[in-house]
Amino acid sequence: MEFKFTQENLNRIEQETKKYPVRKPAVMAALYIAQEQNGYISYEVMKEVATVLGITEEEVLGVVTFYTMYHQKPMGKYHIQVCTNVSCMLRGGYEIWNQIKEKLGLDHMAVSADQKFSLEEVECMGSCGTAPMIAINEDYYENLSKEKVEEILNGLSATLSKEEGV
Amino acid sequence: MEKILLPDIKNLHLIDVYVSNGGYNAAKKAFTQTPDDIIDQVKKSGLRGRGGAAFLCGLKWSFMPKTTDKPKYLCINGDESEPGSFKDRQIFEFNPHQMIEGAIITCYAIGAKTAYVYIRGEYHKWIKLLQKAIDDAYANGFVGEKMKETFGTNFFCDIFIHKGAGAYICGEESSLMNSLEGKRGYPRVKPPFPAQNGLWGCPTTINNVETIANVPKIIEKGWEWFSNIGHPKHPGTLLFGVSGHVNKPGVYELPTGTLLTDIIYKYAGGVPNNKKVLCVIPGGTSMPPIRGDKLEGVRMDAESLKEVGSAIGTGGVIVMDEDTDLVKVLARIAHFYHHESCGQCTPCREGTGWLEKILKRIIAGKGSVSDLDLLITVANQIEGNTICALGEAAAWPVKFMVERFRDYFEQRVSKEISLPVANKVHSMRQTAVPLADVKN
Repeated sequence: MEFKFTQENLNRIEQETKKYPVRKPAVMAALYIAQEQNGYISYEVMKEVATVLGITEEEVLGVVTFYTMYHQKPMGKYHIQVCTNVSCMLRGGYEIWNQIKEKLGLDHMAVSADQKFSLEEVECMGSCGTAPMIAINEDYYENLSKEKVEEILNGLSATLSKEEGV
Repeated sequence: MEKILLPDIKNLHLIDVYVSNGGYNAAKKAFTQTPDDIIDQVKKSGLRGRGGAAFLCGLKWSFMPKTTDKPKYLCINGDESEPGSFKDRQIFEFNPHQMIEGAIITCYAIGAKTAYVYIRGEYHKWIKLLQKAIDDAYANGFVGEKMKETFGTNFFCDIFIHKGAGAYICGEESSLMNSLEGKRGYPRVKPPFPAQNGLWGCPTTINNVETIANVPKIIEKGWEWFSNIGHPKHPGTLLFGVSGHVNKPGVYELPTGTLLTDIIYKYAGGVPNNKKVLCVIPGGTSMPPIRGDKLEGVRMDAESLKEVGSAIGTGGVIVMDEDTDLVKVLARIAHFYHHESCGQCTPCREGTGWLEKILKRIIAGKGSVSDLDLLITVANQIEGNTICALGEAAAWPVKFMVERFRDYFEQRVSKEISLPVANKVHSMRQTAVPLADVKN
């Protein structure tokens, strides 16, 4: 599928390039912006990023595949990230991981059929003092219990059905 | 005890509050002195890096060439991805201007015109908070060209945030520079060291967020004041991030040399249900663990921890109570380093996977005593044989956990040495065609 940055996003990328003596470092920001616009990083997106920054497609591909936060397939509207690293694990991270897995019927990096939810088991997110934690898209939810997780997930579902009702 | 980094001042993250509490006065003072004076004071203060290696900060700065036609750079490391570390985000959230002021002073001292703050991509919230603080600092003339007027100096510098995208390895300084250049975050071979050949081949200094945040106070109050706090060989305070089995997990700013038992029992409220401590990792998961029965008298600073066979790392203290399954914990740690190995060096790329597989075999009840020795052998083969310190970070927890908790691990494996598969070489020999027959 053809991909072109919107003019506004092109301006944002130009702004990013000004931070550096060369254009290439803006690739990381450009990929975030592309992911925001397109939902995921497709081959066409990489081509466009390469053209805009004047770097090769291979260089872009190298960056995309190195970092875990760039997704090469569409993720759910709510991308749920559960930390199970040591500090979270000691305070029930795996119970929460299993609870969410069961409730959504999803496994690591799986997306629900309606594209509303996706699930990822992530490495330490830097919330060890407020463990266990999950992140939904960009927001952290900390000091969790099974009840709180239930509440958060129900809240998301309620928002979704409300949106569909409108 | 006075807090240096996270004082109890309400709304200190706001620029007005920071300024009314004497903020940016240290920078003003710094500009009345020469860059060499600043480096000298930081050297004398004894400030050591807060990112893990505890290297002398002033000494690192002095490696920057004085005469060069290339631009110089400062990178501030806020990648904060070591499991058990969650201190830098406190600075971004509660005292960002002190880090910004520290960045200005450091840039002046090393002659850098640009500072990049590398922050892990997951920290969306803290990136926004720091960006707001930087924008305010620009608007008030503390950063950028307007600095000249504000401070009455010819010097000015810019501060930019570079957002990571999910890679533990980018906390390693040379990997961080590659990531900042818009490349895969592969660590570089050293030498050349960053002070000679860093960002875009130019002289570069990389410091941790917490290290930089200490600088304004050293300039403001003097190196003697700083060097008298905590342990004389590792002075100042540390942001100890306490997590795991404690009643009050969180970040506690305490002088270096504080007793580990005080951190656990006095500040973090002790262990839930008064359980015993089985194991403590003192500085993030890559640091050698300490046995729960050996905590008495252990002090939290680089020198004291070296004496007990561990290291201060990032000051991320992970406490595990007596009911913790250490094999599962170690397997989780091994999984982490396997996942985060960048794959450049074979010992790390392959070895981290083997460590994880062996530990999972033990969890599955199929481990033998020889597996424990195998774990140590594999760890030893990784250690020292890789470009960057991720090799050590992966090897140390396994090696020292198995060595120090040998009794515990032996209870989890079979004493008999059994081979999980039939010996294929023997069976092949029996059915092999005799050489004479082959010739015919």
